Amino acid sequence: MTLGDILVNVQGVAKHYGEGETRVDALRSIDLRVHAGEVIALLGPSGSGKTTLLNVIGCILAPTAGRVELDGDAVFDGKWLRSDLRRLRLDKIGFIFQAHNLLPFLTAEENVSVVLDLAGWSTEKGRARALELLDYLEVGNRAKVKPALLSGGEAQRVAIARALANRPRIILADEPTAALDSGRAQLVMDLLRKLATEQEACIIAVTHDEKIFDRFDRLIHLRDGRLVDA
Amino acid sequence: MIGIYNGLVADALAVVKAPAADVWVVEAGTQGPFAEASSIPADTRDAVARMPGVAEAGAITYQTIEAAHAGQTLRLYVIGFEPGRPGGLQRIVEGRGLGTSHFELLADRKTGLVLGDTIRLGRNRFRVVGLAEDAMNSGGDPAVYVTLADALSLQTALDPAAARVQVARGDQGIRPATVAAVIARLEPGADVALLTATVRQWKHLAALSQIEQEDLLLASVVDRARRQIGLFLGILLSVSAVVIALIIYTMTMEKLKQIATLKLIGAPDRTIVALIVQQAMILGVSGLGIGLALILLVKDNFPRRVVLEPFNALVLTGIILVVCLIASGLGVRAALKVDPATALGG
Repeated sequence: MTLGDILVNVQGVAKHYGEGETRVDALRSIDLRVHAGEVIALLGPSGSGKTTLLNVIGCILAPTAGRVELDGDAVFDGKWLRSDLRRLRLDKIGFIFQAHNLLPFLTAEENVSVVLDLAGWSTEKGRARALELLDYLEVGNRAKVKPALLSGGEAQRVAIARALANRPRIILADEPTAALDSGRAQLVMDLLRKLATEQEACIIAVTHDEKIFDRFDRLIHLRDGRLVDA
Repeated sequence: MIGIYNGLVADALAVVKAPAADVWVVEAGTQGPFAEASSIPADTRDAVARMPGVAEAGAITYQTIEAAHAGQTLRLYVIGFEPGRPGGLQRIVEGRGLGTSHFELLADRKTGLVLGDTIRLGRNRFRVVGLAEDAMNSGGDPAVYVTLADALSLQTALDPAAARVQVARGDQGIRPATVAAVIARLEPGADVALLTATVRQWKHLAALSQIEQEDLLLASVVDRARRQIGLFLGILLSVSAVVIALIIYTMTMEKLKQIATLKLIGAPDRTIVALIVQQAMILGVSGLGIGLALILLVKDNFPRRVVLEPFNALVLTGIILVVCLIASGLGVRAALKVDPATALGG
């Protein structure tokens, strides 16, 4: 596989909570590079630092030390280099959640276009883009349906469409197949791989699902806040 | 509450406005005839009618009585006036005016009386010949209009047994006729202030303009009710604000994960705040709408008049929106504290 641009570049990132005897090191000097087109998994036991690393890359959590670059822009170097982190997330990062986290009072189409509304797209363009994505993910026929009436697989595909709506190049997924059966989990992973290739994006997923390990380009193991194998 | 207050004011003013007077001549040293009792000689009317600038004058009496009718006790506000002179109804909605000197009456519809009914007032039976609307006193008692002669008789005629006792004690039963007030309508261009000043020169009389009479009635009779209703309205609004705040807070707490998701995908705080405030507003406006619809449906069944003006509805809408805005503060505070990271991890 040919490696594309470096979309995520984490250098010497550390994160600890508390001080003295109560100090907990959640991340210790993490170095990680993820290229466009790559699909990688963060693995490790509970408390190993997977979610903390995902939060740092997602600009939700400030590391204690280190440097983070996203899509070529330095966003953290000892401190946040941008004040508008939500806008940064909106433009550069798409999130896929374990339980899809769709807004229950909006239809599938509105759940996708809400991201585009926030990004400043016109309603018409946002709607067209949402329908295009839902069609692409083969749930276009469910566009007017509220999340409560979608199956688990459909809801997760709508959530993926939402993550992709504003064309982010970094997709962060938290247990994206945890709520799906084995067959649907494989389908979702195939879909994410296809998206990474076609849209030159990278996908970083936290997962425990061994059945889908073969769908990743790299398996990154964390233990006690350290990368043990990359 | 605003409707009830308006109803109080409208009822109170109805009886003052009914005669369409320019000047009220009452007993000196009193603020009669509504705020205080007033008693002046009935022939004062002739003296007032002869004053320069007066177009016409009429004597008038007011008294509240209870009368039995159709198995019920009616509380009536009896107004005695001289047909053909100021003091009567401006508008009769059904039937006719008083056609004879005695034993006919005009009644407000809220008395429950209908045309042709007869009712005993004092020692005589009266026949209902005309009906009116919105004629009542500040206490909400519906008005009936009778001739001044009948009203005076009603005031002074004693029960036969009591009359016999009085005669035995040497009372000849002859008393000078007194009325509550004399009202005057002025000729175009006549000076109300000059006329009232002139009347006040008579030591036994006082005079009030129509505006002074209305202000006096509102200040002395309605003011306490107004303050009471205002206080109650304030308490209701405060309780509503607390209820709305708790509802919004509870709704917000139930949606923390959705709020975290919105923050995570990039929604700015102003969007989150707008959603919560919008929710509070919808709650408030829905409550207002339901309340208004309900009050419009049942207002005619209230024992007293409920008057809702479009301006009051607008002011109330404004107050409710402000209350909702304040009430949403608790929910907004909870939402702004939500960590977007809580959207991740199950």
